This record gives sequence, structure tokens and C-alpha cells, in this order.
Amino acid sequence: MTPALEATRLGKVFGATTAVADVSFAVAPGEIVGFLGPNGAGKTTTMRILAGVFPPTTGVVRIAGRDPAREPLACRRAVGYLPESAPSYPELRVDGHLGFVARLKRLPADERRAAVARVVDACGLGSVARRPIGTLSKGFRQRVGLAQALCGDPAILILDEPTIGLDPAQVVEMRELILRLRGRRTVFFSSHILSEVAAVADRVIVIARGRIVAEGMPDDLQARLGRRRRVRLRVDGPPSAVAATLRAATGVLAVAETEAGFVLEASPETELARTAGELMQRAGWPVLELAEEPVDLERLFLDLVAR
Amino acid sequence: MSVVVAIARKELALYFRSFLFYGLAAVFLVLAGYRFYTNLGFFVLMGGMDLPLGLWQYQLLDVQALLLVLVPLLTMRLLAEERKLGTLELVWTYPVRDVEIVAGKFAGCCAVVLLLLAATAIHPVLLARLHPVAPGPLVAGYLGLALLGAAFVACGLFASALTESQVIAAAVAYGLLFFFWIVTWNEAAVGETALRVLVPLSLFDRFYPFARGAIDTRNVVFLLVFTAAFLAFTFFALDTRRWRGIR
Repeated sequence: MTPALEATRLGKVFGATTAVADVSFAVAPGEIVGFLGPNGAGKTTTMRILAGVFPPTTGVVRIAGRDPAREPLACRRAVGYLPESAPSYPELRVDGHLGFVARLKRLPADERRAAVARVVDACGLGSVARRPIGTLSKGFRQRVGLAQALCGDPAILILDEPTIGLDPAQVVEMRELILRLRGRRTVFFSSHILSEVAAVADRVIVIARGRIVAEGMPDDLQARLGRRRRVRLRVDGPPSAVAATLRAATGVLAVAETEAGFVLEASPETELARTAGELMQRAGWPVLELAEEPVDLERLFLDLVAR
Repeated sequence: MSVVVAIARKELALYFRSFLFYGLAAVFLVLAGYRFYTNLGFFVLMGGMDLPLGLWQYQLLDVQALLLVLVPLLTMRLLAEERKLGTLELVWTYPVRDVEIVAGKFAGCCAVVLLLLAATAIHPVLLARLHPVAPGPLVAGYLGLALLGAAFVACGLFASALTESQVIAAAVAYGLLFFFWIVTWNEAAVGETALRVLVPLSLFDRFYPFARGAIDTRNVVFLLVFTAAFLAFTFFALDTRRWRGIR
């Protein structure tokens, strides 16, 4: 089967900066793939190349088997793109903006109205359709961004950080919107939060410093990447004695003292929070706070870079 | 074609929803009206001159100067703002050619300039109620203003393609237009050869015959070529920045 998106040895250089060094991957039709990496890793540049904003410096892109350099318009018609900032014209009304998008996407005149109504409905914009975009909240503007990407029913969606800047309820909504597309469209979306990708994606591609560093199913990846468990502990006891006690515990790999308390690290099989809690109890130091920190990718990359 | 129309219509919608447009339109029309009033007063008081021809010559040259001030303020946002908002990046991912983007923006802004020029036609209409007005020289003058307006718009559009700052876009457009205005002012101080190159470039020398009521094909062609050249520069500016990855 021809991949929906295919990048082969992609590179992009801006002056003296190499944004993307060597990136190769493929996304199958109907797949939801998360593109994960810290800020500045090359996610946005890769997505812009795939969406047709600019060509790569080196390497080859194929959109549903087509070459964007040869058939730019056909490739762009197949792709809906949501840039990170979800840009739109603040003066235009939501329906006016989407009508403009439908025209630019060359939808036939008799289908435009229905197409706009469909994406307004799909993205829950009915209540604000006649309001200027500039007066809407960030969450609604992000939905307008998704609506313009969906407009014209492109087979492939490229979404750059679709949940950035949204509040938790809006993040859940956006996630559900993406999940509703499962099976009907190919979705390639970026994020820098592992848990978010894990909740939505079939497969994850991890990029760092312009290169692909890992690729796989979300669960495997989380286990493989989450090599260490991390626990934060605040306790009412003499700091040096507390640190010594924790360091002596089995399985604890590192103890760091921060302003917000101690940060402990241990191998994934250690029940770190329980061990730490029990030790403090035994020593008679009241525990004020004890929390397992989710493994987030930023930190992981920092760990990787530090090594 | 429908894409060009869609972009032009969107530009019009954005103009008609901005305070800047109404502010500029008000200043332009009030100043044009004031110049008409004073020019007319001058001719009536002086008397004996060729009113139908001479009055319009003065008035059209004044409107030309007002256009020079107006147009860069209308064109500055065309591409610079899209770049700043990030919408240009979005439009680039739609099945739209750069040529269509440039054509749509140019058409939209030209429509606004023509609308404002058309509004100044109220002056001859008013005068015609009191005194016979020869339409010929006016037609030539307004054709000249329309062509000159289009040339200014193309020049301003090019400036707007160079930057994401509207202020810089306006400054560059003023710089270019002033250059093409004053290029022949110091004729006596410029060498023979340089003069031969520079004189044909003066936009305003090209407009002067129109203001006097003469439509010279060479001037029409020059203004059209000037416009086409700056539209082409705009296209290349967009394309170059895109290849270099500067959105």
C-alpha cells in the first residue's frame, strides 16, 4: 500500500542552522501517528515541509505517492494543515473565514456552503459561527484552525501541537475530535507531551536535534523511554539525615535536594513512592508531600542529552 | 480565477472592517475636496483662464500627490500582516499558486484605490451643475490616475512582500515612490547619459500629459509595464523567501 506520508532522508537548513538533519519515516493511510520531540527538535520544520509551506533542502517527500515538487496543487489538496499558532484573520467571522478557506481549496460553488456547515458542526463552532474570530477564546480559535484543516475533506491531516495553549477541558475535547477521525483520515500530529500522544496515537515517532531517535507503539515507547521513576518528596526532618536515609534505600539511584523538596529517581521496577514513605514513617519524620512525577519527554531528553 | 476573486474579496472585507481604511478614506477625500475648493476659488478669482482644462490639471496633480501619501498606507498590510499572523503559511498549504495570491491582493487593493478615486468624481459632477465641464480631459486624467494608482499599489505590494513589519513595508514603499517622483528633479545636475536612463523612469513625468488631457500610448504602456514589473518582483520576493524558509 502506498504510504499517505513518506519522508526520505529529509533535511532543512536555514542559513547556518540545521533544523532537520536526516529524517525518514512513513505514515500508512488511516493511521494516527504522534510526532514527539522537545521544542526546537525539528517537528514544526518537518511538518511544514510535509504540508508544502517550503521545500526541503535535501531529501524527498511523497504525499500519497505524489511528488510535491512536481504536483504541488494535487499534494496540497490531499493535506489539511493546522499550524501551531492556528492562524486566522481576526476581523473575519468564523463562517466567513471558513468560506474563504473553502474557496481557496477550490471546492465547487454548490458544495462550499455544505462543506463549511459540516466542519462548523464537526468542530462544535455552531454557537460562534457568526462572531469575528478575534473575539473568540484560544480554545475556539484552535477549533477554527482544526475546522479549516478539515475543510474540503482532505485524506491527510497534519496538526502541529493541536493542544498547545488549551486548558485541560479543551485538551480533552481536542483529543476526542482527533479520535473521532480515526480510521477515516490519516492524522500526523506533533506534541511534546508523551502522555498526550500515548492517549491518541497508534504509533509514535520521536525526533530530537533534527533526527529520528525512536519509533514505535506508545506503550512500548513509554516503557522504553521511562527508564527511571521519579518521585518528589517533602518531609519535615533534618535534610542531611533525610537525604542519607533515602540514598541508603535499595533501588534508589539518585537523590537531589531542591527548593520544592527532594527528587528521587529509581529504576522502573522499584516501588519508589512506597519505599520512601515507609522509610520516612519509620524515622518519625512526617511526610508533607509525596508524589510520583509522570515521565515527560522534555526531562527524558534532558537526561539523554546529559548522558 | 475564482481563487483570485476570493482573495480580492477577502482583502476588501478586511479593508471595510478596519478603522485605518475609514480614517485614510476620510483624510484623502477631505483633502481632495479642500484642494478642489481652493483650486476652484483660485480660478474664479483670477478669471479669464481656460477653466475646463487648467482647473483639472491643478486638481489632478493634487490628487496624484494625495495618492502617493495614501497608497503605501493601504498596501503595507497586504503581505506583511499575513506573514505576521501566520496566515501566509496557511495559504501556502492550500492549492493556490503564488501568482494567484499576488493577483488577488493586487486586485483587492486596486479596487479600494479606484473606489476612492471614483469618489473624487463628485467634484466635476458638482461643478457641471453650475458651469459646463468638458469630459474629455477628465477622462484622460482619471485614466492616468487609475494607471498611476495601480502602479503605486504594485510597488507597495512588493514592499509588503519583503518584511513582516507593516511600518517597514510602508517606509520602503514611500522610498521607492519618492525615488520615482524626484528622479528627474535635478535634471541640470545629471549627466547626459544618466538622464537618458532616468527620465523615462519618472512616474510623475508620465502622469503629467494625462493631467493635461492627453492619452499617450507610450505613457499608458510605461505605467502598465511598471505595474507588471513590480508584480513580478513581488512574486519573486515571495518565492525567494519561501525557498529560504522565511515565512
